[in-house]
Amino acid sequence: MKPRELLNSEQLDITITRLCHELIENHGDFSNTALIGLQPRGVYLSRRIIERLKEITGLKTIRNGSLDITFHRDDFRRRDEISIPNETELEFSLEGKNVVLVDDVLFTGRTIRAGLDAMLAFGRPIKVELLVLIDRRFSRQLPVQPDFTGNTVDSISSERVHVDWVETEGEDKVTLYSTKEEDE
Amino acid sequence: MSSLSVDHLIGIKNLTREDIELIFSTADNFKDVINRPIKKVPSLRDITIANLFFENSTRTKLSFELAEKRLSADVINFSSSSSSVKKGETLVDTVNNILAMKVDMVVMRHPNPGAPDFLSRQVKARIVNAGDGTHEHPTQALLDSYSIREKLGTVEGKKVVIVGDILHSRVALSNIYALQKQGAEVMVCGPATLLPKYISSLGVKTETNLRKALEWCDVANILRIQLERQDIAFFPSLREYSMLYGVNRQLLDSLKKKIVIMHPGPINRGVELSSDVADSEQSIILQQVENGVAVRMAVLYLLAGKIERNN
Repeated sequence: MKPRELLNSEQLDITITRLCHELIENHGDFSNTALIGLQPRGVYLSRRIIERLKEITGLKTIRNGSLDITFHRDDFRRRDEISIPNETELEFSLEGKNVVLVDDVLFTGRTIRAGLDAMLAFGRPIKVELLVLIDRRFSRQLPVQPDFTGNTVDSISSERVHVDWVETEGEDKVTLYSTKEEDE
Repeated sequence: MSSLSVDHLIGIKNLTREDIELIFSTADNFKDVINRPIKKVPSLRDITIANLFFENSTRTKLSFELAEKRLSADVINFSSSSSSVKKGETLVDTVNNILAMKVDMVVMRHPNPGAPDFLSRQVKARIVNAGDGTHEHPTQALLDSYSIREKLGTVEGKKVVIVGDILHSRVALSNIYALQKQGAEVMVCGPATLLPKYISSLGVKTETNLRKALEWCDVANILRIQLERQDIAFFPSLREYSMLYGVNRQLLDSLKKKIVIMHPGPINRGVELSSDVADSEQSIILQQVENGVAVRMAVLYLLAGKIERNN
């Protein structure tokens, strides 16, 4: 199977703008809201959203941070390689906040479970929501569902969804590709 | 690279530079964790670790125990003063008895050099050397280098002098390996009787004049005189040692630059280090202790990740 482009740069941009408007609809002036990007790849999306939200709302600051979930994963010693951690940057307490967890692709739901666990070290939020750019339906292994979804895709487990960003890959796009491709 | 090249931490000699860098970058994250309101992560919740201390230790034992608990491992402690070692049991038997209770990792301090290496060949558990006689003390060297990296930005190219009882010091040997692997220059300084005969074959400079050594270096790691390991007199008196090799404020102020002062503890105040130096802003002794927990968490995490699951 050839890699299929799910979103090109322009579509990705429109999707991010739409997600921002949905966030504004639900969170108003963001005075009690914190956006948290999950390391490693959710952080790029979270930064993009923050930037766009500031443009739209004119707000100077929106509380945001990044959260590393490595030490809270449930697959420690079940993978061939040890997961190497990334930086957590949360300069504020989550006590009593409305938290929006941000990740690029929602697949099995296990990352989000680990994220919820990792988050508790920073206080007890009043409410936690989940924002994802791509929701891979019918592939969940845990009861996790997004509150804000950029795009929904049906895919089989041997397929992968990858979100490219200008910052890292030089281009904004979302692709679906098969991991079996190299064998054929 | 995302995994260590070794299955046990026996000595720094067996590690690669990449291993050391991996341990440090992992320790950065753990340092972040232990400065949070909730200082604990669940990574090692299905791992049991035995701390076997066949020799006295306060700081290292506490540091390992805290590191293990902050990784959510189950911990059992053992010290030889209260055990059947006194009744004549061999090391392998003692450890196998403990392993029979399903222990995954062993942190061991032993008075005999090579004991952890011997054990790692005999038993089925990951071994972390917490000091073996006068041989190596790898986690101490790692936390020393980590503290230098934190204070000066890098270890590479730095000049480090290790002052004191080099002959009886496992900290010195592990530090020499660790510093050289990271591209630092190392000098040892002490009375000629306490400098091992063949030390220069390791590629380190030797110096018997403390002032010259301190003028050369960026960092001075001051060691304790280990009277308990000295069966004969290596110098006339502690007072004389202190006069010739004690680091004090007057000496430091007479140097052209501000050097960093380190000490692995426990300090004998007034002997190798005067109080005003130990408590000064040039000293990073307490940072070393804090970093010790983070570095040990990184070592345990990376080694535990290599244990196969039974199911």
